[in-house]
Amino acid sequence: MRGIFVIIVSITIVALCGPTARTKAAGNEAREIVVGSKKFTENVILGEIVTQIARSEGLSASHRRQLGGTRVLWGGLVNGDIDIYPDYTGTIQREILARYEIETEEQLRARLAEFGIRMGPPLGFNNTYAIGMKEELAEELGISKISDLRDHPDLKFGFTNEFMDREDGWRGLRTHYRLPQTFVRGLDHDLAYRGIDSESIHVLDLYSTDAEIRYYDLRALEDDLGYFPQYEAVLLYRADLIGRLPHLIDRLHDLAGRISEQKMIAMNAKAKIEGIDEGEIAAEFISGEFGIRTEYNAESFWQRLRKHTLDHLILVAISLSAAVVIAIPLGIAAVKSPMLEKPIMGIVGIIQTIPSLALLVFMIPLLGIGGPPAVTALFLYSLLPIVRNTYTGIRDIPSSIMESARALGLAPAARLHLIELPMASSMILAGIKTSAVINIGTATLGALIGAGGYGQPILTGIRLDNITMILEGAVPAALLALAVQGLFDFSERFIVPKGLRLS
Amino acid sequence: MLLLDNVHKSFEHIAAVRSFSLPVEEGKTTILIGPSGCGKSTVLRLIIGLIPPDSGTIELDGEAVAPDRALMMRRKMGYVIQEGGLFPHLTTYRNITLMATYLGWPAARIEARVAELSDLTQFPQHGLSRYPAQLSGGQRQRVSLMRALMLDPELLLMDEPLGALDPMIRVDVQGELKSIFRKLKKTVLMVTHDLGEAAYLGDTIVLMLEGEIVQKGPLKSLLETPADPFVTRFVQAQRVPIDATNGEGP
Repeated sequence: MRGIFVIIVSITIVALCGPTARTKAAGNEAREIVVGSKKFTENVILGEIVTQIARSEGLSASHRRQLGGTRVLWGGLVNGDIDIYPDYTGTIQREILARYEIETEEQLRARLAEFGIRMGPPLGFNNTYAIGMKEELAEELGISKISDLRDHPDLKFGFTNEFMDREDGWRGLRTHYRLPQTFVRGLDHDLAYRGIDSESIHVLDLYSTDAEIRYYDLRALEDDLGYFPQYEAVLLYRADLIGRLPHLIDRLHDLAGRISEQKMIAMNAKAKIEGIDEGEIAAEFISGEFGIRTEYNAESFWQRLRKHTLDHLILVAISLSAAVVIAIPLGIAAVKSPMLEKPIMGIVGIIQTIPSLALLVFMIPLLGIGGPPAVTALFLYSLLPIVRNTYTGIRDIPSSIMESARALGLAPAARLHLIELPMASSMILAGIKTSAVINIGTATLGALIGAGGYGQPILTGIRLDNITMILEGAVPAALLALAVQGLFDFSERFIVPKGLRLS
Repeated sequence: MLLLDNVHKSFEHIAAVRSFSLPVEEGKTTILIGPSGCGKSTVLRLIIGLIPPDSGTIELDGEAVAPDRALMMRRKMGYVIQEGGLFPHLTTYRNITLMATYLGWPAARIEARVAELSDLTQFPQHGLSRYPAQLSGGQRQRVSLMRALMLDPELLLMDEPLGALDPMIRVDVQGELKSIFRKLKKTVLMVTHDLGEAAYLGDTIVLMLEGEIVQKGPLKSLLETPADPFVTRFVQAQRVPIDATNGEGP
């Protein structure tokens, strides 16, 4: 019993010191500018261009790449976790500021200013949404405009989850064109291309600068009823950058109009089809446009693995040890107090049913992006197995033993630590083990909100359709889960009293 | 001296013990006997304060067993149950000395007391470092008895202590118990359903039915002057060996 206590305390200490030490270190590095990007390749390339320009100005810039969606980036920008990121005018108007009536660019800028955000000049290309299908199938069915889809109710639609949810996405499109299709699924954009290739879906949403349009031989249907707005690529940045780094802002404004649609499609194709690193593509663009050489971090496999492992371990260690510290007392309370039993078990159970991505995004307004919201979400998910096993472990102690303990005259606190917790230790440990394994798996989603970890290469791999990259995250995550399980099996002999391991 | 006065206890409106009054003779062995469900175990649980009575009083040496002092009162009593109730995660030694350690006895005193008890119960020294799972049923009951006696309680409560033992061993242990009781000269209140065991170990037998005392006295009085036809039926159903009545044992 003392063993388990010592372990909990030491993990907690490490956990409490860990993040502080890390945050401090990050602070000392003079965190001058943090660039964000969305989890599609074009946005990552733009983020990389901004990052490298900042570095060429002698600034220390970090790039939080491929964050999970507009809300994550906007939330991060507003609360200062991110200083700048590339977005599109249509998205800003219809998604971020959908609540407001905005008609002119002046109105748009004024609204952004209310949030302390500025919008840079258009970068030069319009990446609007488009609706696409296989050239061959479109030809066969005679479909060239979106309104033609009305005559083919059996076509299967597969849209990105974001397009499904957005105000300016599927819902609006369906009403605008009165589309009758019933098979409409939400899925990842990169998976949608594979879906259309294997004909499990017929119609998908495209970004007009997607390199895949040509690669997969797709036809972008004409928006004949003018549904989609302009999606001019722009940079959104915090107003305080103007005062802090005026020179950088000037440099970034030099990008205005420099990236044509052709250039963007070509860069996207380099990344997605030729598999060239985004850093290299960005550097090439900058040297071509401005004639300067910039640095990009091409990390080796081992550097990446080390970084991802460290990030992942920190996420898991902090959230799991906090969960242990909180969940065991909750389990004890549930078993001891009939009044608390239902609320505790109920709430902990409900938390488990919240979809992880929803929980992560939900935390952003409170905790920003990066480690804290991810740790909090993982902590919440780790509670149930530990609470439940503590509860069951204590409740299922044979009544003859509990009665003997009471009859001896042991006070309740002494019964708990001399009898109940040691008797339940094996069960509690099993709960912690389950939590740890779930936690390691779920932590890969942390990458969506910029918490790093093994989810990072998985996201990149999905984005670039690169299996090796996916495995670079998936394999270590699986190995880590196995290792942690082994560690717990091994620790059982120190934590579970010998007398209980005899039979 | 233990005194129960007009004790009532119901579980969900079904009376388990009613109008139960019993002075338990000091230094003697009193046996509670009766068919299953007659409330005999409930009486022990009431005495040690595991459950509170609905009404009536229970006193040990003039002090009432009330919920607010149950912990103190329990330490003046030893309690042995059928399954032994040993803590499987602790060694024999830790099981026996748990309470003494908790109360802060000096190590020397604890060791001396354990030596005394293993002597009394003839429990082998090497068994002290074993875990309950490694002991035989008879040894487990010895450990349970030593644990109950560790703090040298005034009163020893035993709930079917030999119920889980196989018959041959049971006879041996009965003999040992009898000699232990004789040496200890403690007040013992023991529950059994076996009239032979009751006659062999008990000075007084208290026969219960449906939560009430039907008759109490030595076996002889139960045989010769039954208070109720039930007494005769209960005695006959058990087929007591006749020589049990003279206390020589089976």
